[in-house]
Parts: sequence; C-alpha cells; structure tokens
Amino acid sequence: MGKHNTPMLDELEKGPWPSFVSDIKQQAEKGKHILKDAPEDLLGVMELSYVDKVTHWKHGGIVGVFGYGGGIIGRYCDQPKMFPGVAHFHTVRVNQPSSKFYTAKYLRSLCDLWEHHGSGLTNMHGSTGDIVFLGTTTDHLEPLFFEMTHELHQDLGGSGSNLRTPECCLGQSRCEFACYDTQEACDNLTHEYQDELHRPAFPYKFKFKFDGCPNGCVASIARSDMSFIGTWRDDIRIDQAAVKAYVGGEFAPNAGAYSGRDWGKFDIQKEVVDLCPTGCMRWDGSKLEINNRECVRCMHCLNVMPRALRKGLETGASILFGAKAPILEGAQMSTLTVPFLPMESPFSEAKELIEKVWDWWMEEGKNRERLGELIQRKSFQEFLRVCELDPDPRMVDEPRSNPYIFWKEEEVEGGWTRDIEAFRAKHQR
Amino acid sequence: MPYDPSEPLKDRITDIGPRHYGEFLPPVIKNNKGKWLYHEILQPGVLVHVAESGDKVFSVRVGGCRLMSVEHLREICDIADKYCEGYLRFTTRNNIEFLASDESKVKPLIDDLKSRKFPGGSNKFPIGGTGAGVTNIVHTQGWAHCHTPAIDASGVVKAIMDGIYDEFGHMRLPAPVRVSLACCLNMCGAVHCSDIAILGIHRKPPMVDGEWIDKLCELPLAIAACPTGAIKPAKTADGKKSLEVNAERCMFCGNCYTMCAAMPLADEVGSGIAILVGGKLSNRISKPKFSKVVIPFIPNEPPRWPSTVNAVKNILDVYSKDANKYERLGDWAERIGWERFFEKTNIPFTHHLIDDYRFAYTTWRQSTQFKF
Repeated sequence: MGKHNTPMLDELEKGPWPSFVSDIKQQAEKGKHILKDAPEDLLGVMELSYVDKVTHWKHGGIVGVFGYGGGIIGRYCDQPKMFPGVAHFHTVRVNQPSSKFYTAKYLRSLCDLWEHHGSGLTNMHGSTGDIVFLGTTTDHLEPLFFEMTHELHQDLGGSGSNLRTPECCLGQSRCEFACYDTQEACDNLTHEYQDELHRPAFPYKFKFKFDGCPNGCVASIARSDMSFIGTWRDDIRIDQAAVKAYVGGEFAPNAGAYSGRDWGKFDIQKEVVDLCPTGCMRWDGSKLEINNRECVRCMHCLNVMPRALRKGLETGASILFGAKAPILEGAQMSTLTVPFLPMESPFSEAKELIEKVWDWWMEEGKNRERLGELIQRKSFQEFLRVCELDPDPRMVDEPRSNPYIFWKEEEVEGGWTRDIEAFRAKHQR
Repeated sequence: MPYDPSEPLKDRITDIGPRHYGEFLPPVIKNNKGKWLYHEILQPGVLVHVAESGDKVFSVRVGGCRLMSVEHLREICDIADKYCEGYLRFTTRNNIEFLASDESKVKPLIDDLKSRKFPGGSNKFPIGGTGAGVTNIVHTQGWAHCHTPAIDASGVVKAIMDGIYDEFGHMRLPAPVRVSLACCLNMCGAVHCSDIAILGIHRKPPMVDGEWIDKLCELPLAIAACPTGAIKPAKTADGKKSLEVNAERCMFCGNCYTMCAAMPLADEVGSGIAILVGGKLSNRISKPKFSKVVIPFIPNEPPRWPSTVNAVKNILDVYSKDANKYERLGDWAERIGWERFFEKTNIPFTHHLIDDYRFAYTTWRQSTQFKF
C-alpha cells in the first residue's frame, strides 16, 4: 500500500479500460521523478475529493518563466500540510510538434527532462494539443525551461490572453482527404507568431486550428477563433472502375468502418446517391455522375468510396471565424467568412487576414471578449469591412428576416441632412 | 552548460517554437506525404494507408488515458522501438497510434499490446477507436488538477469507458459516436458539438468570503464577470467592502469564481453532471450541430458514477437499435423528433430542458408539426 489509503480510487483499477490510478501508482513505485512524493500525494488529494465531492485545488498564482506571460499555469493544493508533495503543483505546457508524431528517442528525452524537474506525470495531450507536464514547483521552472530550449530545442505553448498553441489534424502526412498541408500551416504560423503566443497582448485567448477537410477531425469549427478547413473548388475525381468494384462488392465500402454489423449488401443508390445533401449525384447502374457545381463537399461519398472518389485538385481552405465554448454568451461555431483561400507556404494570404482581424479585436474587444462575441456585438458587416471582404451569400444560411437595416448615410441618395422648413412648406403642422 | 541561477538571462533562448514535425515522420510517411490514395480499416483499431507509390503504412490505434506517467510513456517508446522503428503518434482524441511500415510486424505488435495489463487487471493498450464505434473520450482535468471543476474527469471517463468498452473495439454502431467530457462549463475541452457530452455543472450560487474578498479580488471585475448582472457591491457587517449575489438571477456559470477566488461555488450536492447529446463537428451529410441538454442533473457518485454510466449506456443502446446506417446521434434524434427521443430513451422531459438564455426562442417550436 502507498502513502495514503485510497479505497475509492482503488475501485478505478478494476474494469478493462486503462486505469490512470494504476498508472500513477506505477510511477509512485518505480518512477525516477525528482518530486518524489508527488504521485502519491496526487492520489491522496484526489481520494479526498472523491470523499468530499469537491476539488482541492486553488486558483493559480502568477508563475512563469522570465520574459513569457504564458505557458505555465500556477496551481496550489488547498490542503498543503496533508499533501506536501503537491502543495505547489504547476503545469507546464510544451508546444507539441504538428499532428503529434514522435520518435521514441524524442519522447524519452521529454521523459528525462520531466523526471529531472517534476512529478513524472503528464497529459498526452492537453485539450489545446500541448504536451502537458503536470505538477512541479516554482524553483524548477527556469532550469526546466533552460534545459528544454538548450538541449531539446523545444519551446513552451500558450496560456492566458494570448495565441494558444495552434493544432492541426494529421493532414497530408497520412490522409487521402487532406486538401492542404495542415502540418506545415500549423508549424509555419506557430513560428510566425511566437511573440503573440508567449506574451499576452490580446483581450482573451485566440485559437487557430487546421482541419485538412470538412470531416473536421481536429474540431476547428467548434473550437477555434479562426478555423482553417480544407476544401477544393474543382471536380471530384471519379474512377468509374473502382465505383463498380464497390458496387460489385470487391471493395469494402467506408474503408471497412461499418463492418462490425451486417447492414446488408452495399447499395450505392441508397447509401450514397440518396444521402447526398444536394442530390447532385446519379447512378445509372454502370456510371456514377456528379454535378460538381451543386456539390457542397460534405465528404460523405468520398468517405464511403475512398478508392473511387477523390477530392479535386484545386485545393485550399475555407476560413471561418469565431467559435468558442459557452462562457459567456453561449456556445458558438465558426462562421464562414472566406469561402476559399489558397494555402501554400508561406501562407501570406492567411497572415494578412489574421493581422487585420487581430488589429480590430485588440482595438475594439473588451476584456475577456472572444472574437466571436465581438463579431456579434459589432455585427458581421463590420467584421467584413475589417477583413476588407465583400458580402457573399455563402456567408449566411439565409438572408435576414427582419428589415431593420442599418443603412449608411452614403448609401442613401441625397444623404440624411434635410430641411424641416422645406418639408413644412408642403405639409402643414 | 547547465542553468546558472545567478545569471538567469545568460545565453537565454526564447521563441524557438515547437520542434519541426518533419523530424518525427516515419520514412514511409515522409516519402508519401500528400500522395496517399486510400485507406482501409483491416480490423477495429488497425488501419492500412496505401500511397500512389504502392507503399503502405500500418497504424495500430490504442486507447490512452490522457493523464499518463512517464513510466507508461517509456513503455510506449519501448513498444515503438520493438515493432515500429521507434515511430508513433498521438491522435486528437488521446489515442496512441503505433506506425509500422513492415506488415510482418503488425500481428506480433497486436498480440504484444493485448498481453499488457496493469496489476489491477485493466488493459494498458486496448485496440480500437476506429469507424462506426466509440472512440476515446476527450476530457479535462477534473479533481486531478483544476480549481473550477464540478466533477472529476479521469475517473468519470474511466467508469464510462469501462461501461461501453465493447463499442471501442467494435464498429457496429450506425455511425461514429464521439463522447466528450468537460468538468465545468468553461469547457477547456470543448464538448458542445459531441454526440454525447458529459458536462460538470453547479447548482448553488457562489458563497462570498466577505473577510477576504476585497484583498483577493478586483471587485469591479467580479461584478462585470456576471453575465446576468446578479452581482452587486455590498458591505460586511463590520464595514468591509464586499459583494452580494442575487441568487435568483444566478445561472451557475462560475465566471465570477474564475475572476475571484473568494466566490467559491462547488458543492458536494450542488455540483454534478448534465448530459448533452446530438452534436457533431463533421460536415458529412448534415451540417455541424450543437449538443442539446437532455439530462439536466445527475449527482456526483464517486468512485464509479453508476447513474451517469447507465445514462450514457441507455442513450447509446437506444440509438444503436433505432438509427439508420450513417445517421449520427443528432441526425437520428432530428429524424424521429425530439419528442420521440425522450419517449424511446425513457428520459423525463423537464422544464430545465427548455432554453431561457440568449437565443432561447430559436429553439422553441413554431409549428403545428409534432408527433403525438
């Protein structure tokens, strides 16, 4: 038995899913981490929360490394005498490489670093995508940062009112659907905006996320202030022989993704043509036709028949702005703002757009106002003026139903200045 | 040259950003980047991607706890060295993918992964998380590390994944089901577009620590933080500057506590779980949509949260039996109608589920089209 009696947490060692309790215990027993008591005291304080049904962590103080305003989250336990090993338990956000590929060698060097300077516990990965080192004391922060930058050539991620660590799907590295190089876009913009990432100058947080296609594996439409979602604007490439192979049962539909249940023989009419949201497909028994002009690139047909249908060749990204979780005005998804943006390195078009948006948000945004809330407060029209974009019906689901249009004076013939006397000359009081 | 505390700024390196991803790509991936033709899921959790060149890469996906020790990470590294020339990656949903370019390594890798268990009996590396099944639950910190949670995160996730474990290793649902958990409605792990979302909520207004609040907080910021204007200045009996909460107007968002540590609101009976369903992120067939609250409150039941686990299992079960192929949970609920959703899942519909916040009207029914 460990330092603390943890009968409730021990219940979570049972069952088939990997047990984080067993894992923390193995770290406590055989780990080489420098903060010796941290894993056991973490179990201790969690057990206390399981009994009390309330957290025992306090607000973070201001801790960090010199010159940075983000990347470290201060954390203190509210029962430091009972759990001295986690009395100070700060988090270090380490900027992950694009789409989280690793070599064992590099991962081990991260493990070594964290054993020298912390609890030996991590999050792989945090919600924004960082490698998270979970729990250390203030005196370890500068040495950790020094060794990380000098020996691992690795920097911290973002926290606070700044650019948060950008994140991408795996993109072209291993996916046939990716419409641009999400890894390169993510890496390039992360390096371009290091100052914004490390030194908080924004009204609140700002997130970029890069999805390679409208399947949206990295959730950019729900989770980023600026969502880059891959798309194409020419025709879906069709291999008619491969379509027939799907119909004939030679190829497994959906790449086998539905193979765990007997859904019957693959029916291209019912499963593809009839489910197309715009009805732009036709199957005559031997040939599949797509009216590409009507296609909205929902990905369904490509997902079902990846060996027969491929994205077009003229690719880029749709840019959407303003997603956020519910705090405060309610959850928002990103709104389509630029239907098509080329996404070739060095991503100059994207950077130009980003900087216009940031300038406006930093000027107009209130403390803790996300971009999506500012757009709502100031209007989408105002946002388009900032972005120097023309309105486009693709930006709305439908035109407004109320007629309360905020006309501008210059739009109205003769302007707004009128003469009441001239009016009265024709109309008695 | 190690760090010298007497000269903290000497030779300082800053703003170098993350390591370049190119350093970590397996050769087969580097050589075929942007030239992948198609993929196939050979069995749950095992994928092959085929490139134009004919090259193949095999990925074996296993579930991971996002709260992970370096001991466990070292074990993962050893496995990657043994079968995958040291290459692996993590997915957005906290899964681990071992990447093998040599097909003959795949079966031994799978057998090895299946054999590894923690002393308590749980699997270290369950294989699955692909296709029309349940993949790993993305989640937040909970009682392991956060100051604002209403619930734990890792423990609730463990209990739920134990309860629906079979669906992780199968692909027999009508469509993928994405389950997410956020331990308070700050949602540092945004769950608002998930098929099934488990969300920590509070139900008691914040207490005001009048003795300390003026020392700990900027009072105007705490007042401004309240979206319903429920907080106003007040004085304690002995004349100290303080705040007062109009409890009737509190919607329990906790934003004041985020701004001010002297206004704690977590409570052993007040705090618990809300379940939201029917959200999605992908644009496939239907547009992305928000998750909707269908169970307003389930008490915190550590260590294994049985009511929550049962609620998730019930929803998943009814959906699995009733939905058409390709229908996401939200698409199914919209097709049958939400009145039928509550009927079929046997979940009581209460006043808590009718929106009364900013965009409430947009969710009420302006139609005579409904089902008896």
